[in-house]
Amino acid sequence: MNDMTPVAKTTTVKDWESDQEVRWCPGCGDYAILKAVQRTMPEIGATPEKTVFVSGIGCSSRFPYYMETYGFHTIHGRAPAIATGVKLANPELDVWIITGDGDALSIGGNHTMHILRRNLDCQILLFNNEIYGLTKGQYSPTSRVGTRSPSTPFGSVDRPASPCSFALGSGARFVARGIDVHKNLPAVLKAAHAHKGASFVEIYQNCIVYNDEVFAAFTEKAKAQVNQIWLEHGAPMLFAGATMGLKLNTADLRLEIVNVEGGDWEAAGVIRHDQTNKGLAQMLIDMEIENGFPVALGVIYNHPRPTFERALWEQNRAAAEGKTPDLQKLVAKGQTWQVEKQPHEI
Amino acid sequence: MATAAHQLTPQEASAQPPAENVVVRFAGDSGDGMQLTGGQFTLSTALAGNDLSTFPDFPAEIRAPQGTTFGVSAFQINFGSTEVETAGDAPDVLIAMNPAALKVNVGQLKDGGLIIADEGEFGARNLAKAGYETNPLEDDSLGRWQLLAFNISQLTLEAVKPFGLGNKEALRCKNMWTLGLALWMFDRDRQPIVDWLKAKFAKAPTLAEANIAALNAGHAYGETAELSGFLKQHHISAAPAEPGLYRTVTGAESISLGLVAGTQLAGLPMFFGGYPITPASAILHHLSRLKEYGVTTFQAEDEIAAIASAIGASYAGSLGVTSSSGPGIALKGEAMGLAIMTELPLVIVNSQRGGPSTGLPTKTEQSDLYQAVYGRNGDAPMPVLAARSPADAFDCAIEAVRIATQFMTPVMLLTDGYIANAAEPWRVPDMSRYAPFPVEFLETVPEGGFQAYARDDKLARPWVKPGTPGLLHRIGGIEKANGTGNIDYSPSNHQLMTDLRTDKILGIADHIPEQEVTLGDTGGKLAVVGWGSTYGPISQAVRRQRLKGRDVHHIHVRHIWPLPKNLGVLLRSYERIIVPEMNTGQFKTVLRDQFLVDAKPLNKVSGQPFRISEIEVAIEQALA
Repeated sequence: MNDMTPVAKTTTVKDWESDQEVRWCPGCGDYAILKAVQRTMPEIGATPEKTVFVSGIGCSSRFPYYMETYGFHTIHGRAPAIATGVKLANPELDVWIITGDGDALSIGGNHTMHILRRNLDCQILLFNNEIYGLTKGQYSPTSRVGTRSPSTPFGSVDRPASPCSFALGSGARFVARGIDVHKNLPAVLKAAHAHKGASFVEIYQNCIVYNDEVFAAFTEKAKAQVNQIWLEHGAPMLFAGATMGLKLNTADLRLEIVNVEGGDWEAAGVIRHDQTNKGLAQMLIDMEIENGFPVALGVIYNHPRPTFERALWEQNRAAAEGKTPDLQKLVAKGQTWQVEKQPHEI
Repeated sequence: MATAAHQLTPQEASAQPPAENVVVRFAGDSGDGMQLTGGQFTLSTALAGNDLSTFPDFPAEIRAPQGTTFGVSAFQINFGSTEVETAGDAPDVLIAMNPAALKVNVGQLKDGGLIIADEGEFGARNLAKAGYETNPLEDDSLGRWQLLAFNISQLTLEAVKPFGLGNKEALRCKNMWTLGLALWMFDRDRQPIVDWLKAKFAKAPTLAEANIAALNAGHAYGETAELSGFLKQHHISAAPAEPGLYRTVTGAESISLGLVAGTQLAGLPMFFGGYPITPASAILHHLSRLKEYGVTTFQAEDEIAAIASAIGASYAGSLGVTSSSGPGIALKGEAMGLAIMTELPLVIVNSQRGGPSTGLPTKTEQSDLYQAVYGRNGDAPMPVLAARSPADAFDCAIEAVRIATQFMTPVMLLTDGYIANAAEPWRVPDMSRYAPFPVEFLETVPEGGFQAYARDDKLARPWVKPGTPGLLHRIGGIEKANGTGNIDYSPSNHQLMTDLRTDKILGIADHIPEQEVTLGDTGGKLAVVGWGSTYGPISQAVRRQRLKGRDVHHIHVRHIWPLPKNLGVLLRSYERIIVPEMNTGQFKTVLRDQFLVDAKPLNKVSGQPFRISEIEVAIEQALA
């Protein structure tokens, strides 16, 4: 998000749809994310011409073509680096990065790390479908152990990366999670945009062709209630229709699940979510269904600090202050000497 | 087309071709062992097969007071590949072990010469003894020369620490540390010195080991800090200086200044994305101090991010610039393709070094020409320029900015390790004589509607800054439909777009100067065709051969791609062509391919520049 003064002109969802034919597979989770983003833009008072979508390579990275904004579909893994140049050249632009699990964490892992530690003011939407879709289904750096794919016919053996854990470890000051088709996604995007700095959002996105239902354990209707916990800053961390909650076991510093009787969460020892607590954020990110925990969703960590482009522009301004650019003086800088006419020419 | 033997011009007749030699002066306190250092350097120089002459210059007093100007002891050596008859008038390199040594000797140093100083000895007391009011290493008084200052005393103490010497004894090893550094800089063998030290200190093996350790440490310092060898053979001024105001400039400085001048002439802010690499880093260092000229510098996480951020900045309306050396340029290849596909302006500076892979980071080579002209996936044409000297690099950088912004294309500027680091006198340009080439961004919808890939008479597409209302569009690396810029995979469109991209770049030939004969005439027996930093030795060799009455001419090419329109006709006006290059014949191949001329290679890839005599021999053979 940036410093744009709110514009009086309001937009509608339609204003954010480009004339390009959307070419994702029917039923792809990307459609839902596109809609959620297009619904979010009018709500945050964004202006199309001041908005730039930058993407890398992969199914998700076609995204900019479908937004009626400025857009740059770049090369594999490098969207954060391109976006850094865009934002440093013009901090007035509202920059969104669209990437996937392979793009952001495999080939572009280095750039993802550095844009987060620098805290460039932008939104990074990582569409995590735990598979390489565009190249026809190879396992990805977020695929679970045992994933069978064209390149791992006997199942993958390497451990997956955790996008949010990677982001937090890289120094991200805003880490959130959403689900492609979930109604809360626009609210997560709004919060990401409101955060000044690099906002990292992992969106669980279903790949209907190569990895269908990989998130069913917590996205299926029947399981959603017990296996999803939506976080809200300052609110008690409750799930399963407020019948369960998260408590901090202070003896061994771990989260544990407690039952909440009659809505009395305080009696059950349930703690409130503090989005500025990095230790808590790490514990929430690490919760896994296999260990009996729900998946943490919503804004997990939100603790702003000064942004990269602001610091850089401030330094540039201070360094240039009081100096008048004079090209002729610049080229004549340092010690100079005069060569007189050659004696023999006189 | 042969012509009669050429007439010498008065300039040619009066020119005194300089010798290919280097003058080094070691200067320190009489207790610093300068004579010993000089003597040993002489030994290793003689063993390296150089002709040489020396001049020991020590005080009359056996033990003059320490640190005073009259206690300075110096040793000068003049060595080179050609005949050396004197110890040289003015040193090219001054090694000053204390302020007094600097004070006494610096006045004789050639303009642009190199000072190596032990800053550990430049404390208040020694400065006062030498009569300095302020520290010359810190004020601007040495601006006329290149300065390398580091704490040789401290570095020596650390190197000999394991041997448990007293402080005074340990500091006596300073001269060997300095010698080690000099041996690195001039590619001399350490073994004769090691043998000599072992013999000299046969009865005190600890002292021998300590001195050897200091020698090795100095050598290692040069290598680790990637100090470039002082390639003096190359450092030749081609013609008598024209009258005017002069300063010294290194290639890295002149490229930085040229990029600033270019962006100012274009009316653009500059964004420089860089990643540290020898020998290109100096450009990043220089530009990072020029914020008041609208320069933003960004040290990226890697070479790819460096170019990618520059492309992003160009997209946003700055001129994106990136710089590197061979291995880094290789990493940038894919992103160059993106800039070609999205038709955004970008300047890529390649300070070439010996390759492949890490190769010879501190040595000079011209072996990235194929990489520059051809080294990308797909049909990816890109203009390539080559600077021939530090001074020439200024104009080349401006030219690169002009082409990039006028034609909406990435441009590669080739320089090399020698040009980047070498200093030479530079006639300060009169900036009022450079015509501005202001960029006009598209800001309103043109008649007939806006198209992101519409083309002007130069086949360039419009440059639109994000933030401009009414001109929203998307670009990317996927093939674009001509005109709209929408994704288009159709066979006919790819054919059309490939042709357009090629024609746009080839069309630049209509907007660059025709090739001139650098020295000599159009037509004749032999043309020596060069590019880049072989300029010095080629021009001297051709000059000398012409003085001997030989029908030989020098053509030095700046525009490597596209080549000047008249170059083919010009080359065919000579009976024979030789192409000296510090590679295995890359430009020769391009010339043969483009013009079907029988260009003959003259190649050298030793990490050292050509010697004038090597080119002279080739000229004589070609004319035989």
